Amino acid sequence: MPLRLLKYAISREHPAPRFFRDCVEPKKTYDVVIIGGGGHGLAAAYYLAKDYGITNVAVLEKGYIGGGNTGRNTTIIRSNYLTPEGVKFYDASVKIYEGLSEELDLNLFYSNRGHFTLAHTESAMRTMRWRAEVNKHVGVESYVVGPDEISKACPQLDISCSGQAPIIGALYHAPGSVARHDGVAWGYARGADQFGVEIFQNTEVTRIDVKGGKVCGVQTNNGYISTNKVLSAVAGFTPRITQMVDLQTPIVIHPLQACVTEPMKPWLDTILVSGSLHVYVSQSSRGELVMGSSLDPYEMHSTRSSLDFVEGLTSHITDMFPFLSNVKVVRQWAGMADLTPDFAPIMGKTPIEGFYLDAGWGTWGFKATPISGKTMAETIARDMAPDLIKSFRLSRFEDYELTGEKGAASVGH
Amino acid sequence: MKLLQCPVNGIRPLSEFSYGGEFRTMPDPDSCTDQQWAAYVHYRSGAPGYKKEWWYHMPSGTWFIAERNTITDKVSRTYLLPKMEVAV
Ligand SMILES: Cc1cc2nc3c(=O)[nH]c(=O)nc-3n(C[C@H](O)[C@H](O)[C@H](O)COP(=O)(O)OP(=O)(O)OC[C@H]3O[C@@H](n4cnc5c(N)ncnc54)[C@H](O)[C@@H]3O)c2cc1C
Repeated sequence: MPLRLLKYAISREHPAPRFFRDCVEPKKTYDVVIIGGGGHGLAAAYYLAKDYGITNVAVLEKGYIGGGNTGRNTTIIRSNYLTPEGVKFYDASVKIYEGLSEELDLNLFYSNRGHFTLAHTESAMRTMRWRAEVNKHVGVESYVVGPDEISKACPQLDISCSGQAPIIGALYHAPGSVARHDGVAWGYARGADQFGVEIFQNTEVTRIDVKGGKVCGVQTNNGYISTNKVLSAVAGFTPRITQMVDLQTPIVIHPLQACVTEPMKPWLDTILVSGSLHVYVSQSSRGELVMGSSLDPYEMHSTRSSLDFVEGLTSHITDMFPFLSNVKVVRQWAGMADLTPDFAPIMGKTPIEGFYLDAGWGTWGFKATPISGKTMAETIARDMAPDLIKSFRLSRFEDYELTGEKGAASVGH
Repeated sequence: MKLLQCPVNGIRPLSEFSYGGEFRTMPDPDSCTDQQWAAYVHYRSGAPGYKKEWWYHMPSGTWFIAERNTITDKVSRTYLLPKMEVAV
């Protein structure tokens, strides 16, 4: 049997299926150039082609697709935010996610788990009630529950948190889900490729040319491309790209770390988050506990991970689940989170004609991948941002019209 | 364990310090435009490089400046800011 398998693997008649064409050299010109082959850039390419028939598009990725924050995140998908504009936006994304495996014809392991944001203090409970009311108002299923309901959903959880910080309630969010992150990138890449979009890996944009306030081309390590429309969807690299076009933004980069344990039999159905203990956890379809914490405390453009992080995280997770003290952490990593002061993204047009920005995704952008792709495609095709993302425009900072999403986004996920 | 040199207390573990953001000069609120003021309040130089930053040694209550490479995390220099510069 293994020999037959090996023969099959090397046979010319059955080449390994590829997700997208191996594009090597970009053409001289494209209608749209997308910088960044993460989920957001690839989704934008897919919807440009599918919704607007714009297929003369190049996606330029300096590494490999999904190798940025898309392949580093803890895959939590939810819409239980605090501001009505946030809740509506993320809810639209959840709705696309629910049918996305079918649409892309790829199993994204989308798994609806239910999501508890645990409250250990009265003031946290207040925020939970507030979020529940805003969510219900917009039609999103979130409500406040007491310790009994939490115990019923997760009997393994020590409600007293080892006596350190007893849980007094939670915000329950029924649509909370997880999915396979790199599958999302591959699925959108394949979909875009089938429409004719060209994807170039190992292709880094090193300069963007602007003449008379308009974009006219990009220099890459793989040749020069002229174009009138450029979308920057580079998450943790955004300040480097906006510097190329002299655009000021509030974005600062802090590392965000995560880790997984060795695989276990399935025991944790739900997604649990604790702001006070700075942890969140879910169990992947492989059986690993996927765990994350808050941001590293200072600016850094690096994906190094630290012992401080695992020490802090494991001390808190064992307050919640004392029996985990015998379980090993097998991998840890970091991504570069592009943070905004109001914990909302920056999306849409910029003062430079033809330069579009999809950034400020910080610790929360994986769940937004489908809707950001769709709305950025619309913004590029019509040269006008749809209503759903108007409050995320870059000019909100100069207008002092910030959104206030901190209460729902302070623990990264 | 990461270490940082406090100009007053010498080398101490990083956990004793708190980050205060990039050192920036405030425009004159009376003479600058609204746009300049908004830029000062909200915009940051997010690109990587050597930066002059505020750091705080918590146990001793000391604010000081560190010059740090934000890609390698190497600190090249730490010092107290002369009084006149603080007033700017
Ligand atoms: C540890 C961690 C946990 C997270 N957990 C969650 C979560 O649970 N739920 C959630 O919703 N979000 C989460 N996030 C946030 C989420 O991962 C990101 O917001 C999202 O993946 C951003 O996707 P993107 O496509 O915009 O960026 P990326 O996936 O980072 O893609 C950007 C791409 O641009 C490329 N690039 C950069 N510069 C250039 C250049 N000059 N030329 C060409 N290419 C370039 C990069 O190589 C990269 O591949 C988490 C993030 C981290 C780091």
